[in-house]
Amino acid sequence: MFDGRVLLKQVILLFWPLISTWVQGAEKIDSCQLQVLEMLSSLGSAGGKSAKPSFVSYVTPEEIKSEKEPSRKEKHPDLLPGEVVFCSASTVLKYTQDDLSQRGVFGVLLCTNFRVSFVSDEEPTEEMVRTLFKNKLYGENDIPLSCVDNIYGDKRKLITGGLVKNKYPSKMIIHCKDLRVFQFSLSFSKEEDAKKIFQGIVHHCLEPKSLRCLFAFSYCENTSPNRKCVGGLFTKLLRKKQTVMFDSVEDWTQDMKRTKGNCRVVSENSNFELSPKLPQYFIVPKNVSDEDLTKYQGKGLPMWCWSHHSGCALFKTASIPLVQEDNVCCRMLTAVAHNHLYSVKTEDLSDTLPTVQDILLSYNKFKQFFLIDNTTEFWMSDMKWFSSLDNCGWLDIIRQCLQKAVEVVESLEKENTNVLIMEEGGSDLCCVVSSLVQLMLDPYYRTLLGFQSLVQKEWVAGGHAFLDRSNHLHLKDKVESQSPVFLLFLECVWQLQQQHGPAFQFSETYLTVLSDSVHVPVFTTFLFNNDGHRDSLLRAESPHTQRSPLNCPTVWDWSVQFDCKAQDLFTNPLYTEKPKQDTSVRKSYRPRHLRQLSLPSSAFKTPPKKGFFKDEADNLKKILGVKRLSRWMLSPSSDSPQTSSSVREFYEAWQTKPLDYHGLLLPCLDGPSIRVWMQRYLRWIHDVQILGGGPVAMLSKVSEILGEVQELQRQLDRHGCTLTSNHKGARPRAKTAAAVIAARSSVRLSSSFPFVTSRNWAFKPAIPTSLLQSLMVTGMPGNLADREDDGGPESLV
Amino acid sequence: CKQISVAKVYSSIPLPLKICVAILINIIYFYSVCFTYQWNLVVYTGAQGFKRRTTVTTKGKRARHGYVTPLLWPSIGYFEFNVMTCLNLLTAKDVTYICPYIGALRGTLTVTNYRLFFKCMDREPAFVLDLPLGVVSRVEKIGGASSRGEVSYGLACKDIRNLRFAHKQMEDSLRKSIFEILMKCAFPVSNGLTIFAFEYGQVYPENGWKVYDAQAEYKRQGLPNESWRITKVNDHYELCDTYPSTLVVPVNIPDEELKRVAAFRAKGRIPVLSWIHPESQATVIRCSQPMVGVNGKRSKDDEKYLQTIMDANAQSHKLFIFDARPSVNAAANKMKGGGYESEDAYQNAELVFLDIHNIHVMRESLRKLKEVVYPNIEESHWFSNLESTHWLEHIKLILAGALRIADKVESGKTSVVVHCSDGWDRTAQLASLAMVMLDGHYRTIRGFQVLLEKEWLSFGHRFQLRIGHGDKNHTDADRSPVFLQFIDCVWQMTRQFPAAFEFNEYFLITILDHLYSCLFGTFMCNSEQQRVKEVSKTVSLWAYINSQPEEFTNPLYVNYSNHVLFPVVSMRHLELWVGYYIRWNPRMRPQEPVHQRYKELLAKRAELQKRVEELQREVTNRSASSSSERAGSPTRSITPVQTFV
Repeated sequence: MFDGRVLLKQVILLFWPLISTWVQGAEKIDSCQLQVLEMLSSLGSAGGKSAKPSFVSYVTPEEIKSEKEPSRKEKHPDLLPGEVVFCSASTVLKYTQDDLSQRGVFGVLLCTNFRVSFVSDEEPTEEMVRTLFKNKLYGENDIPLSCVDNIYGDKRKLITGGLVKNKYPSKMIIHCKDLRVFQFSLSFSKEEDAKKIFQGIVHHCLEPKSLRCLFAFSYCENTSPNRKCVGGLFTKLLRKKQTVMFDSVEDWTQDMKRTKGNCRVVSENSNFELSPKLPQYFIVPKNVSDEDLTKYQGKGLPMWCWSHHSGCALFKTASIPLVQEDNVCCRMLTAVAHNHLYSVKTEDLSDTLPTVQDILLSYNKFKQFFLIDNTTEFWMSDMKWFSSLDNCGWLDIIRQCLQKAVEVVESLEKENTNVLIMEEGGSDLCCVVSSLVQLMLDPYYRTLLGFQSLVQKEWVAGGHAFLDRSNHLHLKDKVESQSPVFLLFLECVWQLQQQHGPAFQFSETYLTVLSDSVHVPVFTTFLFNNDGHRDSLLRAESPHTQRSPLNCPTVWDWSVQFDCKAQDLFTNPLYTEKPKQDTSVRKSYRPRHLRQLSLPSSAFKTPPKKGFFKDEADNLKKILGVKRLSRWMLSPSSDSPQTSSSVREFYEAWQTKPLDYHGLLLPCLDGPSIRVWMQRYLRWIHDVQILGGGPVAMLSKVSEILGEVQELQRQLDRHGCTLTSNHKGARPRAKTAAAVIAARSSVRLSSSFPFVTSRNWAFKPAIPTSLLQSLMVTGMPGNLADREDDGGPESLV
Repeated sequence: CKQISVAKVYSSIPLPLKICVAILINIIYFYSVCFTYQWNLVVYTGAQGFKRRTTVTTKGKRARHGYVTPLLWPSIGYFEFNVMTCLNLLTAKDVTYICPYIGALRGTLTVTNYRLFFKCMDREPAFVLDLPLGVVSRVEKIGGASSRGEVSYGLACKDIRNLRFAHKQMEDSLRKSIFEILMKCAFPVSNGLTIFAFEYGQVYPENGWKVYDAQAEYKRQGLPNESWRITKVNDHYELCDTYPSTLVVPVNIPDEELKRVAAFRAKGRIPVLSWIHPESQATVIRCSQPMVGVNGKRSKDDEKYLQTIMDANAQSHKLFIFDARPSVNAAANKMKGGGYESEDAYQNAELVFLDIHNIHVMRESLRKLKEVVYPNIEESHWFSNLESTHWLEHIKLILAGALRIADKVESGKTSVVVHCSDGWDRTAQLASLAMVMLDGHYRTIRGFQVLLEKEWLSFGHRFQLRIGHGDKNHTDADRSPVFLQFIDCVWQMTRQFPAAFEFNEYFLITILDHLYSCLFGTFMCNSEQQRVKEVSKTVSLWAYINSQPEEFTNPLYVNYSNHVLFPVVSMRHLELWVGYYIRWNPRMRPQEPVHQRYKELLAKRAELQKRVEELQREVTNRSASSSSERAGSPTRSITPVQTFV
């Protein structure tokens, strides 16, 4: 036997080049090949190093053995309640992204009704490291089905649903919406399994399905009972300390009272009788009559968003098709104008901001810079990084949205006019702009709960079509409507937060996590198009068919995803608490009537006389017909010098005042101020992780100091009261966010903390390849590059 | 122009007369409050900021004045300064400063032999422009006398801004004088005047020239040791006039051989040790290019020398030679007698080209950058415009080069030799950056001063030529922002490692401001040899910086000792240094300094700590009176704050 082996070894070594090409070239390993490979590997273990280093062995001996053991086959991740495994394949190779040598980890690839999951065959060794920021719903090797963005096959061929018939690629690349990239090799698993898993993944990730198939429903069915008995009573009690959901009249009234608004809460639509597209409850100007509501079924209704302390308010509306009776818009405008001082400015966002399609196109280009398949490509693209940023236009869209918001803020704050923003549909860019305006003006929305309430108010209750915009269902007719509008909003918030850190209670990590959560099909928050849609579906799906709708968690219930310690990272340690005295309502000392007179002529204003007003309104109607009501509507690219200079002046005037983190905040919009959201976009790319640095280094230091301050304060208090009593062992026990990070600081953190914790201790810096290509001598005038360093006489010419 | 001539008279009068003048000034100073008006040549300007400064200096003077006899030479220098500092050469009213951001501002322009001072009282708060004349690189008349009867001047500055002044053409003489005085005072070297640094007499508590002591620095690195010795061969700058007097070379190479090596290296800049790894003994060596020439000349001495350097590090059997230039340029240098080490001649050595461009490319790049960022930024194509300047690309290449050096030394435990053509521009950048990455000491305020003194000043980066202090030839091909690039690279690292550096952004900006200001002697000369002669007459920048270190301290600093920093040199992580290049744009200025809040936090912590300590002392006292064995525990619990990370 032994002799035979030696002989075989000789033969194999002799024909090695042939064999290796055969093995590598094959799409899959059939049993014959496997046997040879197995033989080889056992030889290897018997006779030292068997293969030359040139043999890039995808299959290490251990892996082949493990495949033979049937016991391993049953491996699957901890399934969530209601989760069902559809199919699985073993011996799938997951390439480690940060490695060019095509090495990877073997494991089982599964597809469930919630996720695509990869379970490594290797025993989890350093799982301890990851536990801090572990998502309870899915792990680092899991992809929720609706998080899958694109799947690529061999040669980076884009795979679309419906085209897969009996074929499967040897290599499958999955791009996720949270910008992770997975590369799997299916060539080592059984043909049947591979086919099944590939088709399963494609079917569940890319092909149209019904909303009821989404995981949320089966999850909720299986969790709702116990959730209910905990929830029911307490939620009502805890209401005060929770996110305002804006699903009741009280919530809206409360919010209007808080801002001292003077409008009317409409509850006629509580059973969606007016229109299923309208929110369950909403607020309209006082002057809108019941008749108006029913007559036009809510079309073109100006919805109240927020009231400025001066009395003027921001409204949004879906623009009315011009063919309709002109009366409507005229009446509505009057209603808005009546809210405060008979002044109104309207702003049609569809004219001045990019369309949802533009946003999608731009984002699709933008995200490609971060979906990195291999490092060479990454470093190649590095040289043209800045111009590609410009070309994709994503940052420009962010700037435009912020600029528009600043313009609205200017009219509210400086000119004290009512503003009505409109847009076809009224629930995309209107939401972006109105929530940005509120963030800039109202410090309440910069707190964690305030921000969540804002999203709830403007986006969820406000009827942003989350389902259509994210197209979780992959419906063919909805491809057009797909667009990352909500992400755009979060990007804008991030810019604001970046520029005025201490003004925000939530952290960058919070925004990143929120942007990820949109793609986790568990939360009701992001699953529906509007209130009516949500209500009808939850009701229909409820097992208790009577009245109570299905009780699904909202995304704001962060404990579903993260434990308390991880949630500590959501708060910004630098947040400045509001000073005790209430300064939120600042008096405006401006003589308003004077202001009124000096308003730009194009802005709509009317003397209080009724008759006079009518004429003007007629005029206005005509003006509106050609859409030139507002002075902003000059050019769609917002390049009008007048506009930007006015915004510029407004910003500069604001800038010269002392900064108040609890007052008005304006973003700087100049070129270098609009940045790329590094944490979100670069977190998975190994080569650009700054080990031992990045914002987390600063953050950990700050929270450490903060923790110390708190601890000292506590000691002080204790000493104050127990000065006479016995002194107890004063060990610091501050387990705040500070402690969380400080406890981990023995591990060297990287810039992508908390999303990736570096596990390779022997850190090698990423040295850019393709440095040679970077020689840009071509564009150099006068051959400066060839000159000598010494400014010798010959180079002076 | 009367004032000028008086100034000339003053500087040319013989010593005894000077003493008399000094005594006279002294007497007048004591007895006349209205000193300003009695002397025409010495005018303390009415400007607020200026006056304050002057009084501060005179206060210090008066204290010393009591016992210094006017006959002693130092006191003469002293009075001379007193006169010279305040030498107001021109005060012109109704000058318009055309600010690119605010618009035209009308105010008073004052020019002294150190600065240009413009103040506009019309605005609230008053607008003040205070500019050291050393910053000016070019003065030019813009247009002739226009139809409106206004004349204007443009000042191009080295710190990325242009200034424009205009005034009504009232009297011909005034117009003439502004231009002429500016031309004269901004470029003292071209006009045969002395640079202001040599007249500046401010006294600081510390002598900044003592910050760097080569022996002490090498001792800190553990040198000399069994493989490396400190040689005195260059004590009188005979071996190499652009090198420092203290050099560290391998033990086995006698001074005679060093001279033969020097013959083979450009400008005699032989390979010498810059830094040694405390554990692996891997070294960073710097030198200039070998004089290989077209014929591929070899030098047995040089080969042996490098072999010895490699052997000094037992951990590795290889030596990496990093040539900072692009390989094309290195090859082109052969035509001029230079070149690079061939791998045939130097066995066990591996040559790597780092593709960093020469000073002319860098100068051009900065010029383009200035165009893009000053005065206004074009919003729509900001990133494309930025890319077209290639500035960050150069920064990336330099950082990447330094990273490769640091990686070889740290991870590869291999010694490295760094050179470019002459070994004073790119080599200085690479070696010092690699040392910042490798050695935490250089990330402290004092350590960084040592690094600059060592790698830049003593190893002969030609500051005088590269900056062109006081020289009106603004098109001089020797000028280049090499040092600026280095500081930019350090700033990029502070961005990536916000807690790893003891100094803050303001420290770096201050260094760059005084690189041009000509107030301190630090960046004055071209080499240590020249500087040694001049030092006694000037004040070092470090004297000023170390007199108020708290201004320059990063409140987030965590002392990572022995922590190597590997920055990420991807464009994704590099940004334009807005706080320096775009600082003149008021829109880009942050309203509140970023570090304000951290400072508040630290202050609060200090305050609380104090209060806790007080209380605990009280507790201890009480418990000590009751039971003595408990006394120790509370004090232990307030051990100074431990820093993690």
